Amino acid sequence: MTLRRFFALFGLLIVGTVLIVAVLAPWITPHDPFAQNLDGRMAVPFWMDGSVVGHPLGTDQLGRDYLSRLIYGARISMIIGVSVVICSGLIGTTLGVIGGFFGGRVDAVVMFIITCRLAIPLILIALTVVSFVGSSFTVVILTLGLLLWERFAVVARTTTMQVRTLDYVAAAQAAGCSKFHILLREVLPNIAHHLVVVATLEMALAILLEAALSFLGLGVPSPLPSWGLMISEAKDFMYFSPWVIMIPGVALFVLILGINLLGDGLRDWLGATRDA
Amino acid sequence: MISFLARRAILALLVLITVLTISFALTRLSGDVAVSMAGPAASQEDVETIRKAYGLDRPLPIQFANWVIGAASGDLGRSYLYHAPVAELIKARLPITLTLGLTGLCIALLTAIPLGILAAMNEGSVLDRAIMMIAVIGQAMPSFWLGLTLIIVLGLRLQWLPISGVDTWDGYILPGIVLAFSAIPALMRLTRSGMVDALASDYIRTARAKGLSRASIVLRHALRNAAMPVVAVAAVQLGFMLGGSIVIEAVFSLNGVGYLAWESIAKNDFPVVQSVVLFLSTIYIVLTLLADLLNAVLDPRLRTA
Amino acid sequence: MPEPLLEVSGLRVRFGKNVDAVRGINISVQKGETHCLVGESGCGKSVSALAVMGLLAKGATRSADRLSFGGQDLLALSERQFSKLRGDRMAMIFQEPMTSLNPAFTVGSQMAEVLQRHRGVSRGEGLERAAALLAKVGITNPGLRLGQFPHQLSGGLRQRVMIAMALMCDPELLIADEPTTALDVTVQAQILRLLMGLQAELGLAILLITHDLGVVARMAHRVSVMYAGEVVESATAEALFAAPTHPYTNGLLRCVPVPGVIKRGDPLGSIPGTVPRIAPGYAGCAFRDRCDHADASCNAHVATQQIGTDHAYRCRLSADWVQAA
Repeated sequence: MTLRRFFALFGLLIVGTVLIVAVLAPWITPHDPFAQNLDGRMAVPFWMDGSVVGHPLGTDQLGRDYLSRLIYGARISMIIGVSVVICSGLIGTTLGVIGGFFGGRVDAVVMFIITCRLAIPLILIALTVVSFVGSSFTVVILTLGLLLWERFAVVARTTTMQVRTLDYVAAAQAAGCSKFHILLREVLPNIAHHLVVVATLEMALAILLEAALSFLGLGVPSPLPSWGLMISEAKDFMYFSPWVIMIPGVALFVLILGINLLGDGLRDWLGATRDA
Repeated sequence: MISFLARRAILALLVLITVLTISFALTRLSGDVAVSMAGPAASQEDVETIRKAYGLDRPLPIQFANWVIGAASGDLGRSYLYHAPVAELIKARLPITLTLGLTGLCIALLTAIPLGILAAMNEGSVLDRAIMMIAVIGQAMPSFWLGLTLIIVLGLRLQWLPISGVDTWDGYILPGIVLAFSAIPALMRLTRSGMVDALASDYIRTARAKGLSRASIVLRHALRNAAMPVVAVAAVQLGFMLGGSIVIEAVFSLNGVGYLAWESIAKNDFPVVQSVVLFLSTIYIVLTLLADLLNAVLDPRLRTA
Repeated sequence: MPEPLLEVSGLRVRFGKNVDAVRGINISVQKGETHCLVGESGCGKSVSALAVMGLLAKGATRSADRLSFGGQDLLALSERQFSKLRGDRMAMIFQEPMTSLNPAFTVGSQMAEVLQRHRGVSRGEGLERAAALLAKVGITNPGLRLGQFPHQLSGGLRQRVMIAMALMCDPELLIADEPTTALDVTVQAQILRLLMGLQAELGLAILLITHDLGVVARMAHRVSVMYAGEVVESATAEALFAAPTHPYTNGLLRCVPVPGVIKRGDPLGSIPGTVPRIAPGYAGCAFRDRCDHADASCNAHVATQQIGTDHAYRCRLSADWVQAA
């Protein structure tokens, strides 16, 4: 087994584990992630002296079980990642395929939209929208979904341009198939493998951005246990109890690393390009 | 060449106007600005006063036009929170954000380019893999968490560097490193692939046939060609970094433009928010234009075409 | 016969683990003579030249019994020492004039740096010499060309620049790898004339790699015919054209109208099949699958036979038999 394969499988293992944990969260958490216990605040995790039985990763500043919150956090990250990718993937792919297939003026308009999107300061606009609309899970998903489509569009556009000139597309056109049919049946299946790789990258980015927004207090609202929010709420205690930011931080890092490794592996396996 | 630049400039202007319209629309359509500015405790009268004072009672297109005309002449409006002209607020905080961004860019380039060259020269080796692994790890690191971790390790445990504020120059080092981390993976990959292509090219074979030294072959002949796309991307990355500095400034309590924006968003100080969006977009657009220009300067094929 | 300027013996080049590109060839080039290395594409002639110059790409390994240049053992040199020789006493020009010059630097700066590197002169002196050489290779207005970038020059001009650049340090040996292949026919003739003129004037030894027997007929003093990584026949140009002995050489000559060799009205032949790819451990004659005269004995090792002192070929057939056939 080559090193690349090993890393890809490692990534798959990480993403698979997080996904299973996220799905099974209500059944595997030892405690209610929202139950506060002010007498049992800031319990230390198991590898330190004085840890409390029943709270393997300790408790937070409100006495909530850290392991349970971490597990529910995985749920939030995965839902954010998947929903944002679906939303942005739809927008970006539609724009990119249309631009790449029709070319000419249509393509110029698509390129212009992509350029405009790139010129918008991402975090600032996301924060602004969430702040004005009011922070909620759905708002974060929609905001990120409406912003993170540009790489889908770029890759869909260039790959569609390549596919458009191929024989079977030309044949379908000659056979009088409708444009919609050609796009859906001939073009899309042949660029899908590129889009899958983009999806992994965008999923990682969406999870990172949600964490950053929540860290800045304008993402997922408290008391939901988003990993970014956990770090934000714990940062006043990090000087004396560094594990409170280390645990969710490492979880975030490992998940993103896993998704990226999986993406690299998929790219090698599917023979797709990373950037168009 | 000139017409190419003119076309790029017109396109940039169009992009800027579009971005402005979008950001204006977002701040206005996502809620009643006067109500959110006045706060939950305000009476209907207070809200109406604010609406009048900020011209929010006028039709949206007129508000937009007024704002754009004002912005074009340097008047970005007044902050509701600071009771001061927004332009002055931004101007006062700009040095911190710019210094931070440039520090980050320097650190990123000084790390990414040598590592990318090293990886390309040893393509396929263990060293190459190890260096590319750094890129993968760097990409997975949430910047705010990296910042907090560095504060704990380098600032508190080892006490090497100040952990917040920029009273002295070394206050920029930690935030600069964290900011650089976001740009290093892309720059490193680009340097590596550019150098791999360049080193396999015919003109490098010619350079070797001329008996040039290894340093001259790699650093003069290959890097000069590989550097062209890197320069362009570095300019764009600086734009992203300035936009991303909002997180870093929050972590390290730096009173820059990003911090101002964060504060203003949290307190619904919409004239400031709008202006910072305008400001960051303009910088990004100018930087991409500059990247095109730099490319033209660096690439004789573009310059003399 | 005096000590040759370049002597190569038993040169082997292997790509990775599975491809033997060059299989123990011997070549010698005398001062002031043109030695042509001729063969189809893929026969290993360019690789041989690159191996002699120490310019093989990554993944290719070179070994040789003897590799000497001007009495100096090239095998004993470190890469750093070898690089002092390249561009100074031995120079090379390539097939691809369009891509062989660095697009990012002016012609002048690319030429001057050769002299700066090997003679330690200033940039100004380098540019002066460059201008003089550009004039020598027939480029008008050298001053203008020095300041131009490669993309502003035509293919023929670029190849002239490459030749001038190779001459910067007055080399004793010039290796020219298909220098005219990528050029228009008229420009080809100009470049060949230029090379011949330079050789007469400077006493340059040229190792010319080509697949074009017309070029060989015009330029060569000596010819080595390569097939599948081996030299299958080697002789003076006169002897080779008068009495080609190896079946492959015969086949090649029948394919091309060489003035004075193939008479008007003779039908042009062709050799069916392609050059086989040779893996380590290959035994016997590599041409046997395409040869009209092959039999079972061609599967065994084939020894080199001599005709007189200066004509060698690698085939089991006797010279008289082939030439009669």
